[in-house]
Amino acid sequence: MLEYGLRFLAGGIAVSAFAALGDTLRPKSFAGLFGAAPSIALATLLITLSQNGGPFAAVEGRSMIVGAVALAAYSWTVGMLLKKYLMSSWIATTTALVVWFVVAFGICAALFGLS
Amino acid sequence: MIIRFNASALRQTQWYEYLVRVVLGGAMTVITGLIAARFGPVVGGLFLAFPAIFPASATLIEKHVTKRKEKAGLQGARRGKEAAALDASGAALGSFGLAAFGLVVWLMIVSSPAWALLLAAASWLGVAMLGWQVRRWL
Repeated sequence: MLEYGLRFLAGGIAVSAFAALGDTLRPKSFAGLFGAAPSIALATLLITLSQNGGPFAAVEGRSMIVGAVALAAYSWTVGMLLKKYLMSSWIATTTALVVWFVVAFGICAALFGLS
Repeated sequence: MIIRFNASALRQTQWYEYLVRVVLGGAMTVITGLIAARFGPVVGGLFLAFPAIFPASATLIEKHVTKRKEKAGLQGARRGKEAAALDASGAALGSFGLAAFGLVVWLMIVSSPAWALLLAAASWLGVAMLGWQVRRWL
């Protein structure tokens, strides 16, 4: 329970800090880099290291590369939905989550299997 | 184009909007941990690059820009969407940095954990900024 409390605290702080930094930066395209900041990864890996050890964290890092490719596909899709189809941000960003899941799990299954 | 830092932009964000980020970020970190515990590190690792708070952030950007432009008598709704789209294109470039972060963690974390995390964070920033600069040149 304490582990998950720590995760919540560390993740909440890391995510908010990177997001606030992104708010303060201009131009917007540069600030957007912080939308793909390793906030959850930093918070998670520190705890994972102490709980599960280095080899477990290394496998997570390898999968994270695939997750990042999915995030690139997701972000590109969001941009298209906003610019081309003039969707609202909320609808575009939540609809495009399908892209993230398909790309992430598709590549992961093809390269590593899902277990 | 010069990168500018404007601390006063923080005042545009309401307290409940900060709270949403803390709760979403915290919840996603807990969920990532639960997924890794249940399904193992292969699946758990994918969620280290999940766009957890991107929907909330993009919605905030659209809302703030729309409000600001309408106040100035401009087409607020369209400008708001354009600003959110710019943020998304930045996130797409940042994703390459995130992949570099994962690569460094994968290759180094067993042998030198502290250095691996430091170098991974530096790689994220370096690759993301390089991607942004290259995009400007093209």
